Amino acid sequence: MKLYEYQAKQIFSEHGIRTPAGRIAFTAEEVKKIAEEFGAVVLKSQVLVGGRGKAGGIKKTETPDEAYSKAKELLKMEIKGLKVEKILVEEKLDIEREMYAGITLDRGNKGIVIILSSVGGMDIEEIAAKHPDRIAKKVINPIWGLQDYQIRELLYESGMPREYFKDVFSILKTLYRIFIKYEAELTEINPLVVTRDGAIYAADARLNIDDSSLYRNREMAEKREISGSDLEKEAEKKGINYVKLDGNIGVIANGAGMSMATMDLIYLEGGKPANFLDIGGGASSELVKTSINLILSDPSVKVIFINIFGGITRCDVVAEGLVNAFSEMDVKTPVVLRLSGTNEEQGRKIISEFLKNNPGKLIPVTTMEEGAKKAVELAGGV
Amino acid sequence: MAILIDENTKAIVQGITGYQGSFHTQRMLSYGTKIVGGVTPGKEGESVHGVPVFNTVKSAVDETGANASIIFVPPAFACDAVFEAVDSGIKLVVCITEGIPVHDELRMYWKVKEKNAVLIGPNCPGVISPGKSHLGIMPFEIFSEGNVGIISRSGTLTYQIAYNLTSMGIGQSTVIGIGGDRIIGSDFIELLKMFERDDETELVVLVGEIGGTDEENAAEFISAEFSKPVVGYIAGITAPPGKRMGHAGAIIEGGKGTAESKIKALEDAEVRVGKTPYEVAKIVKEQIKG
Repeated sequence: MKLYEYQAKQIFSEHGIRTPAGRIAFTAEEVKKIAEEFGAVVLKSQVLVGGRGKAGGIKKTETPDEAYSKAKELLKMEIKGLKVEKILVEEKLDIEREMYAGITLDRGNKGIVIILSSVGGMDIEEIAAKHPDRIAKKVINPIWGLQDYQIRELLYESGMPREYFKDVFSILKTLYRIFIKYEAELTEINPLVVTRDGAIYAADARLNIDDSSLYRNREMAEKREISGSDLEKEAEKKGINYVKLDGNIGVIANGAGMSMATMDLIYLEGGKPANFLDIGGGASSELVKTSINLILSDPSVKVIFINIFGGITRCDVVAEGLVNAFSEMDVKTPVVLRLSGTNEEQGRKIISEFLKNNPGKLIPVTTMEEGAKKAVELAGGV
Repeated sequence: MAILIDENTKAIVQGITGYQGSFHTQRMLSYGTKIVGGVTPGKEGESVHGVPVFNTVKSAVDETGANASIIFVPPAFACDAVFEAVDSGIKLVVCITEGIPVHDELRMYWKVKEKNAVLIGPNCPGVISPGKSHLGIMPFEIFSEGNVGIISRSGTLTYQIAYNLTSMGIGQSTVIGIGGDRIIGSDFIELLKMFERDDETELVVLVGEIGGTDEENAAEFISAEFSKPVVGYIAGITAPPGKRMGHAGAIIEGGKGTAESKIKALEDAEVRVGKTPYEVAKIVKEQIKG
């Protein structure tokens, strides 16, 4: 779960990290009111996607009227497919210098990595490429936690000016405390700014929380909004793993790896997958119906490829589920079906019996490769 | 030989009285796995498919001499269950549970390491040494005895590849699903080391997917230290960056963890990478003959 900047800033501020004065607004009128209070302000679109500055989602304004008209523009905008519905209105800081601080999971070391840079304002990969001598990172063993000496090493190795040591030291300590307390996967201050009067602020804030921990973090769970495209939101409500892609061949498979392998195979055969959809082990008729309907609500889909490997849920049981689903549905889009694994023969028999009474409703194939080829052919190439 | 489990493995099931625990206990027993006890607090004295239930792992180990455990408890209790197992002297823990908080997974990893035990998973289908023992939730009917080891981040892809191998007459020594989460107990390298020492294993199939850099690290290890042939498969060439593809760990972040990078690393280590699960089986067949 990603928190909005304004939510993350509230948490940072409660824990003692200084953030610019600001308030959240939902309408241009509200923005104007806040601007009347603050004077020159920065309007920051609240969307859960990176790169909003480059996309024009951040505006600086001098007067309340200007704030009003720029807010109107922002509230009409879409950034990487996400509508701008909230604007964080903040006092404008007099910035002297931009820096970076971040903490994230370290998969390879089974730990946590903390990164500090004495330059900032661009993404971390860019900092690492352009200023390798101004960035330092340390791996934290999660059992022992962040040690003071590690912070000192970060300060020295990142080329941090001496006068900021004390403040940055305490910011890193606090940031780590927040990372642990909120069971974060990532938290980031970029930029961490120094103003002309020498104060240090978190000018931006990111806090991504592990979804699996939300059951014991009610406060955060209540803030959760389902994000993604409309279809992805719909799928999540129904408990289906679905990711929309930009092709025209709908994919249903069981298991995350198998679903990806199916997408890849379509691509290798010269086609383009329209989605990732993992139906899980069961493939009950209810789940099949929901998945088909979900895929068909994407108008670009020209053909569906169902690729199931029957494991513990045997092929005959999966076949029953499919047959039940398809006898209750009137699907005009061609459906290619590949079913193999445990009790494959019995499964195929059930499908061919069904096809005797419902010719053409499904196009059975025997291998994944054959299925992908057929689906690409029916979709009419790319 | 085989690795991790064989006919001498004596296992307990933590969470044996739950639906999944009970269902898979019966399946494992039917395969011939020695399931000597189960644990569900408050249910000592009961039995599940003839297996005695204990209140604690400690009493189960004391009574049965178990040396392995398989965990089916819900995510909120899984970390505690792993701690209980290794603190009671269990040396191999297979954790099936999906949806464990990642900060718990970090604690589990370091706890198991401190006790010199091995954790497989979490969020995994388990381990099978065909003909000897099965500690997991795999469709064991599709496996056969032989000399190919498989280490995989994906359940169904493993089954698909094992199925193809079996139908070509190629059996498996040990097959391990290492799990789809970001922090897992055992990665490719730890298991490759065990396969290196296993006389029964001639060749290893490595099934990876997008996310993290485990495959790249494994490639480095293979070219430096692994003496047996390896065949690879990587899922997710078409996966878009920043989107989680089902598994918690299957996500391309900050340009890292792409299928291209993994395939390239493996090929640089002279690992032949199949484009499809079927092609993987075909390459294995060629390599074994040669």
